[in-house]
Amino acid sequence: MTTGSPAAPALELRGIRKRFGDVLALDGVDFRVAAGTVHALLGENGAGKSTLMRIAFGLLQADAGTVSIDGRHMTSLTVRNASRAGLGMVHQHLSLAPGLNAAENVSLGGQGVYRPRQAMRLLHALAQQSGLDVPADARAGDLSIVQQQRLEILKALARDAKVLILDEPTAVLAPPETAELMVWIRRFCASGGSVVLVTHKLREAHAIADDITVLRRGQMTYGGQARASTEARLAQAIFPNVEPLPATLAIVPAGDIVVSAQSVVLGGNHGGVLVHEASFDVRRHEIVGLAAVEGSGHRALLEMLAALRQPTAGDLRLPARVAFIPADRQRDALIADFSLVENVALFGLGAARGLLNWGALAGRSRELIQRFSIAAASETVAARTLSGGNQQRLVVARALEHPVDLVVADNPTRGLDVQATAFVHDQLRRVAANGAAVVVHSSDLDEVLALATRVLVVFHGEVRECAVDRDAIGRAMLGAA
Amino acid sequence: MRKPIARALALAVGVAAIAAALILLSPNGNLGSILSAFWRGSFGTWSALVSGTLVRAIPLAIVGAGLSIAFRAGVFNIGGEGQLLLGAVAAATAGLEFTSLGHAGTVVALLASALAGAAWAGIAAVLRRRFGVLEVISTILLNFVAANLVSYLVRGPLQEPSGALPQTDLIDGSARLLRLGSTRLHYGVFIAIAVCGAAWWFLNRTAAGFRVRAVGASPSAAAVTGRVDVPAVAAGALMVSGALAGLAGGIEITGVTYALYENLSPGYGFSAIAVAILARNNPLGVLATALLFAALETGALGMQRDAGVPSVVATAIEAVVILAALSVGRGAQWSARRGPAVVAS
Repeated sequence: MTTGSPAAPALELRGIRKRFGDVLALDGVDFRVAAGTVHALLGENGAGKSTLMRIAFGLLQADAGTVSIDGRHMTSLTVRNASRAGLGMVHQHLSLAPGLNAAENVSLGGQGVYRPRQAMRLLHALAQQSGLDVPADARAGDLSIVQQQRLEILKALARDAKVLILDEPTAVLAPPETAELMVWIRRFCASGGSVVLVTHKLREAHAIADDITVLRRGQMTYGGQARASTEARLAQAIFPNVEPLPATLAIVPAGDIVVSAQSVVLGGNHGGVLVHEASFDVRRHEIVGLAAVEGSGHRALLEMLAALRQPTAGDLRLPARVAFIPADRQRDALIADFSLVENVALFGLGAARGLLNWGALAGRSRELIQRFSIAAASETVAARTLSGGNQQRLVVARALEHPVDLVVADNPTRGLDVQATAFVHDQLRRVAANGAAVVVHSSDLDEVLALATRVLVVFHGEVRECAVDRDAIGRAMLGAA
Repeated sequence: MRKPIARALALAVGVAAIAAALILLSPNGNLGSILSAFWRGSFGTWSALVSGTLVRAIPLAIVGAGLSIAFRAGVFNIGGEGQLLLGAVAAATAGLEFTSLGHAGTVVALLASALAGAAWAGIAAVLRRRFGVLEVISTILLNFVAANLVSYLVRGPLQEPSGALPQTDLIDGSARLLRLGSTRLHYGVFIAIAVCGAAWWFLNRTAAGFRVRAVGASPSAAAVTGRVDVPAVAAGALMVSGALAGLAGGIEITGVTYALYENLSPGYGFSAIAVAILARNNPLGVLATALLFAALETGALGMQRDAGVPSVVATAIEAVVILAALSVGRGAQWSARRGPAVVAS
């Protein structure tokens, strides 16, 4: 298919087919990783990337098709067999035991007696060999997200992984950290390893990969050398017929102050300080991008702006009408078993009195479904029957149904495809143009840059203003000057 | 979700176990006569139905309706029995004290019983909010406290004047619930129907009831998106369920026993847990499941009386029926509801 390596492919999947209920998740997909190369697996959310890799790793059983690892045909594919054959996988949601230290995590799943000193030696040897440094004594839960990711890779290397599957590894990283990871991936491949980079970031894939495979709705729409393709060609393979993004609304100059924070301090639930003495204003028509790497205290700041957390010190002025779009829609925004009408009624339920007018609520729900183009059979279906994108449309529709003064959004497009993302961005821009202030955080710096008219960076609980500039923000997110 | 095969299997095992137990343990080993004794004891005759089964269904339905509200809020109130006993104590005290109120005496006694049940559940609510004690544990333990409190009262301060029996005097006639004709069925049956209807209406029509459902289904979504005071709603649901269990105890005193004694309740507060779960925490369904469980109990008594099946066997059979029914029904929801929904990525 691609690089003419005479050696057996590091990983080869043939004719993989997988069905979930009515959905054909993978429709006869071929995927081949040549030894010593980086192979990017591109596609939208729900294209089947993760499903394909979970099948390769033995986490899922394919309905049809074959898997070979390092030239060996795998007859009974389990995680154990795949690991033995030299395949390692680092999941998007890291799976470390938070209470155990790095050495213990690396040795977890081993056999026989656990010997702490031996485990420590193994970790040091691996770290030296791979160039991935992790504090050996710290509890995994106390490590930064970058260190946790390194530890996950070390775990795979401890099992002699020759082929690493990295599932969206850069989703949680700041730009300099991403660059560092890419350098490491290159080195790993130069020393004979192979990497499958699962991502939906086109630029990233194009920059680092030798080969690229694109999936769309369970089918391969592109497969070939990265050099032979262009970003435009790849984009076409990823998105069948991309709707033109809505024209950016005219930028309205900032209006009066809606949020005013003076020396605000936020304490943690179990002591400690999450945000120190933050002072800032947010004005009408502004879209303030909040940039931060995980664990910087920005989540507490968002909760404070959403009036879900009280400052422990300082002056905070918030408007009366605040709409909050939480990051975890499954946990915080929707009740999956409840109907769409009930989920509409849920919004601001704490202030409701007396009887609920279900008839009126159903009417409102139907109106929202129509106005915000939510693909739902009716307003009485359970929220769980909606796709992720349509669930998020409902969340946004519900929050922006009535005029608001402040919108606080935490990763409002996480897990959404390009059209649903465009919809959410458009809604946020519209509500700002109509006079609200918007504060949005995204772990994707590109999204912050795409939306923000101003940027605040949170690092180690310090909040400061930053120029709307990719490099400056990237440095500030890591605490560099 | 359970597979239909697993459900059918559970049902088959349950039925087989019951049949085997009945045949092995009855003196004459004739399944037909045992089942006919069960039928005569539960639904088969007018007096069995009205004076037996329906009378027993009343406390099960009232406690069950309250527990549905608590369970819907995600609060596992296992203390219905203790709350019922405290309600009985309050009603007996009121029935003995207020003898000059006419029929208002009944109302006073029932109000007192509901308040006492709510207060007893309130102890668990306070323990939960102040000290983080799980209500599952505190309500169970409070059951023992309540049972021993009753034992003490009927041998001490509230014992009938002669001191011969461990029970109170009979309450004043004015404080008793009226009976329908010459049957043992009392007006509590209307209260039970009204309570179940009201509980359904509360859960499905009022904002407060929807808060209860939202808090039980997803405390995080209720707090973040609904801005609901989750601990307050949970405490409220616990106390409402306590009030209804107390009311059931008051109705037993004013409608059935007329006096407080030990073992006043044959475990209504516990059976009502199964009543609520089997009805999938729907108060209207509780009316049906309460009748079913009451029939199981009166039918078992019938088997003992007419077919000689020992009552301990009857009780064990009842437990098997509950397990089979829960396996067949959606008993799984009670555990499934706790964990996060698994969503394919």
